[in-house]
Amino acid sequence: MSVGLDHYLAVGAILFTIGVFGIFVNRKNIIVILMAIELILLAVNINLVAFSAYLNNVQGQIFAMLVLTVAAAEAAVGLAILVTFFRNRGDINVEAAGLMKG
Amino acid sequence: MDLAAIAFYVLATVTILSGVLVVLARNPVHSVLFLIAAFVSAAGLLVMLSAEFLAMLLVVVYVGAVAVLFLFVVMMLDIDFARLREGFARYLPLGAVIAGVLAVEMILVSSAVASRGAAAVNRDVATPAADATNAEVIGRVLYTDYVLLFQAAGMVLLVAMIGAIVLTLRHRPYVKRQDIGRQVNRRRKDAIDVISVPSGQGVDL
Repeated sequence: MSVGLDHYLAVGAILFTIGVFGIFVNRKNIIVILMAIELILLAVNINLVAFSAYLNNVQGQIFAMLVLTVAAAEAAVGLAILVTFFRNRGDINVEAAGLMKG
Repeated sequence: MDLAAIAFYVLATVTILSGVLVVLARNPVHSVLFLIAAFVSAAGLLVMLSAEFLAMLLVVVYVGAVAVLFLFVVMMLDIDFARLREGFARYLPLGAVIAGVLAVEMILVSSAVASRGAAAVNRDVATPAADATNAEVIGRVLYTDYVLLFQAAGMVLLVAMIGAIVLTLRHRPYVKRQDIGRQVNRRRKDAIDVISVPSGQGVDL
């Protein structure tokens, strides 16, 4: 049984689902939510590269690089917001973020 | 089963198990470490897809920068993680059911795409051209057709960098700092007064 495109797509789909599940069950812990978002973006990258390899088209890898860039930027800004939020409130409970509405 | 299939199944299993443990781990430091494991084995999967450049980029950017940033923040902030897990067991069953349904649906759709879609003609990973490396092929496309997108990615990184600095920079007015200009401009008359003190009277300060 050789490894086909559907195998890689299945890995991507399962990883994506794990990411969504992680956001769902860790609703209060924003650090784990950010890590789950990283997992989702990793799943997207696996899908893009799998299609790129099986269609013999390098554009998929270019888009995967752009997703990588956005993921890095998102992690940096997200963690900066997290640090600021922790300084202001003393914990990182996401439900308390509603207090910022004023 | 050939060696490539064995390697694929090992890497895929490690990736998925690490992903599950990222989400379920009790200690966020363990979560970050499992995230690193997931990224490294996903990089292995990308190597199997002959996308070597992207695989190395994944290791450098994710493991070297993003995961270390996560580890740094987790360890820097003094957080009561036990309280943040409230409601975890309550959402777990429903979340698992929904995730299972979602995964089955996505796998069905993707296998349908793989067997009947545009990729159906290629049963195997396309062999890369012998005269150009993966990095060279990417560079030829990235710096010609996608140069605007490349510049936009640079702008995204610049904005993220400035944003992160602006958000976390803290001005502390009460901290004493060295001011070289003031230090050099200080003259003798600013610093000392010579007073002739009459005996028995003292001085007013």
